Amino acid sequence: MSFPWANEYKPSHPFMKWMDEKLPLPRLVYNSVGSGYPVPRNLNYFWNFGILALVCLTLQIVTGIVMAMHYAANAQVAFDTVEHTMRDVNWGWLMRYAHANGASAFFVVIYIHIFRGFFYGSYKAPREMVWLLGVVIFLLMMATAFMGYVLPWGQMSFWGAKVITGLFSAIPLVGEPIQQWLLGGFAPDNAALNRFFSLHYLLPFVIVGVVILHIWALHIPGSSNPTGVEVKSESDTIPFYPYYIAKDGWAVGAFAFLFCAVLFFFPNALGHPDNYIPANPMSTPAHIVPEWYFWPFYAILRAFTQDFFFIPAKLMGVLAMFGSILVWFFLPWLDKSPVRSGTYRPMFKKFFWFGLIPAMAVLFYCGGAPAEEPFVMLSQIASLYYFAHFLIILPIVSAIEKPLPLPYSITESVLGKDEAAQLAPAQTATA
Amino acid sequence: MVRILSILVGLFFTVALAWSFVLGAITAATEPAPAMVEHEFHVAPKNVHFSFDGPFGKFDNQQLQRGFQVYKEVCSACHALKHVAFRDLAALGYTEAEVKAIAAGFQVPGTDPNTGEETLRPGMATDYFPSPFANDVAARAANNNAIPPDLSLITKARHHGSAYVYSLLTGYQEQPAELLKEFPDAKTPAGLHYNPYFPNLNLAMAPPLAAGQIEYGDGTKASVDQMSKDVAAFLTWAAEPKLEKRKQTGWPVLGFLLFATILGYMSYRNIWADKKH
Repeated sequence: MSFPWANEYKPSHPFMKWMDEKLPLPRLVYNSVGSGYPVPRNLNYFWNFGILALVCLTLQIVTGIVMAMHYAANAQVAFDTVEHTMRDVNWGWLMRYAHANGASAFFVVIYIHIFRGFFYGSYKAPREMVWLLGVVIFLLMMATAFMGYVLPWGQMSFWGAKVITGLFSAIPLVGEPIQQWLLGGFAPDNAALNRFFSLHYLLPFVIVGVVILHIWALHIPGSSNPTGVEVKSESDTIPFYPYYIAKDGWAVGAFAFLFCAVLFFFPNALGHPDNYIPANPMSTPAHIVPEWYFWPFYAILRAFTQDFFFIPAKLMGVLAMFGSILVWFFLPWLDKSPVRSGTYRPMFKKFFWFGLIPAMAVLFYCGGAPAEEPFVMLSQIASLYYFAHFLIILPIVSAIEKPLPLPYSITESVLGKDEAAQLAPAQTATA
Repeated sequence: MVRILSILVGLFFTVALAWSFVLGAITAATEPAPAMVEHEFHVAPKNVHFSFDGPFGKFDNQQLQRGFQVYKEVCSACHALKHVAFRDLAALGYTEAEVKAIAAGFQVPGTDPNTGEETLRPGMATDYFPSPFANDVAARAANNNAIPPDLSLITKARHHGSAYVYSLLTGYQEQPAELLKEFPDAKTPAGLHYNPYFPNLNLAMAPPLAAGQIEYGDGTKASVDQMSKDVAAFLTWAAEPKLEKRKQTGWPVLGFLLFATILGYMSYRNIWADKKH
């Protein structure tokens, strides 16, 4: 499960030897994030975002557990208990702002992590399972974030819950009963709030479980790298500790700095003012919008304004919204190019930077904008490109594209010299 | 096979989107969206500066006390402040005795110790500001069918909340002639009041402030502008009493993180010094 030249764990202290026989936990750590885990030497900063995501998940769990100590999932008092946390709980405001902005930070990090995967072909063999588990984590994150946003029981909480569970009512025949079953009533109320709280507390630990599988699956082939060329010899890799611990360490510091700048000086910039109004089933907000990290998918949902043959527009929107993420599951089999990294794929690279990225930017913008022109038309064009990109362009491009020549090895791409790369395996052989 | 299926699914979604787009474009071209009076005459809050703006901002206790006086003497007749307790007012610089006196000036719901009946008693420091109305029905009945919102979070519940409160209070005016010319049906209904800072332009609240309406303890002249600004500042404090502490905590945190990050970066450079990558 690792490269043959990986350092071996050799406990020297008698206690560590004793421990290694009974419970080889230090060995596991050594082999997963220590000197025993060889990693490509050429990872760029996009490879720091996995660790940052783990930092965010930890932050959310810690702040969330503290907040749950002061929260009551009852529609009568939920809003007030959150305000109580903000005003009367020692450092409660810090916990709550860290949790609310932590969700945003988590999504920023995870979107960069996912787009790293898109560009560098991280989803390709032999890492399909890493990718599939990652998409599962993303879906779990979306569910967790959505339910968490309902808990303060403000106006956007209530109406967001109503709109999102209302999506299920688009399912023919059984839609309405499903919505009522999900909510435990005809509209969001105590039953919905309680189950959302229960699930919001449960799902992060499910995420932890899938994250463990994600990392486990990753450590079997080892990390990908910006060239997309697989590790060939020892000179292609360096041990995780100390090299990547040091690199991740300062990246976590930089991330924490940016996060705290938002947390302490703009804590409400990413939220919606309406959620400081207590939930009122009798008064619909002028614009119901989800949190910013759902905007692209919300834009896709609203882009379908016309019935398509016998399929109602609403159902089309719901299918497309879920489909827009489910399509990621098929990515390893849609993009058949043998070259992983976008750097060596001239056509793919153009479609990525001039197609997918602008389309996502437009979807982000339009999802937060009111449902009027020109935003609807813009999101229709962007959604059209989004589906075309993954389902039509990628399969065709990967079949007809002529990739640029790849470096022989990671070592060659780093040292630039052919001889150095050719020498490296020989050196390890003699060593 | 996977690719053929994928292209078919892709065509399904793209054609459906193209269909929506074309029909939407035709509608947009042939039937331009009707002009909406709220779109054309609603204006963004005024540009106004407060002492608590910016990363080093601090509350001005004198101003907060004046703003509290405006709330107590004017707003509290209709608007609740239910998340704020009298004890919180100590943060405005009032002494314990003053806080107790302020609390005692409000009647809060209580229980008669002899009969057990619901009654009113003078407030204590631990009580929260009482609601001026027994319930929403009473609030509606007394206010032309509109419920005066609770003000404890008002500056966080509106975009640019502090400026919004100030703008709304100073923004009452006659309906512009152009508005009535362009939208003859949009005349402000009886009982409502035109205010371009309010999202739908017509507000149930009558202009609450008049110059010289209250007498400030510190001798500041009580113009409408001054009172509006003071009460907007007070309500900002009421919505976020920890604002000052938050900003003051932020600086040492950022300072520490900057220091730790620089150290982290230097150790990274040091450790990687011999590795080309």
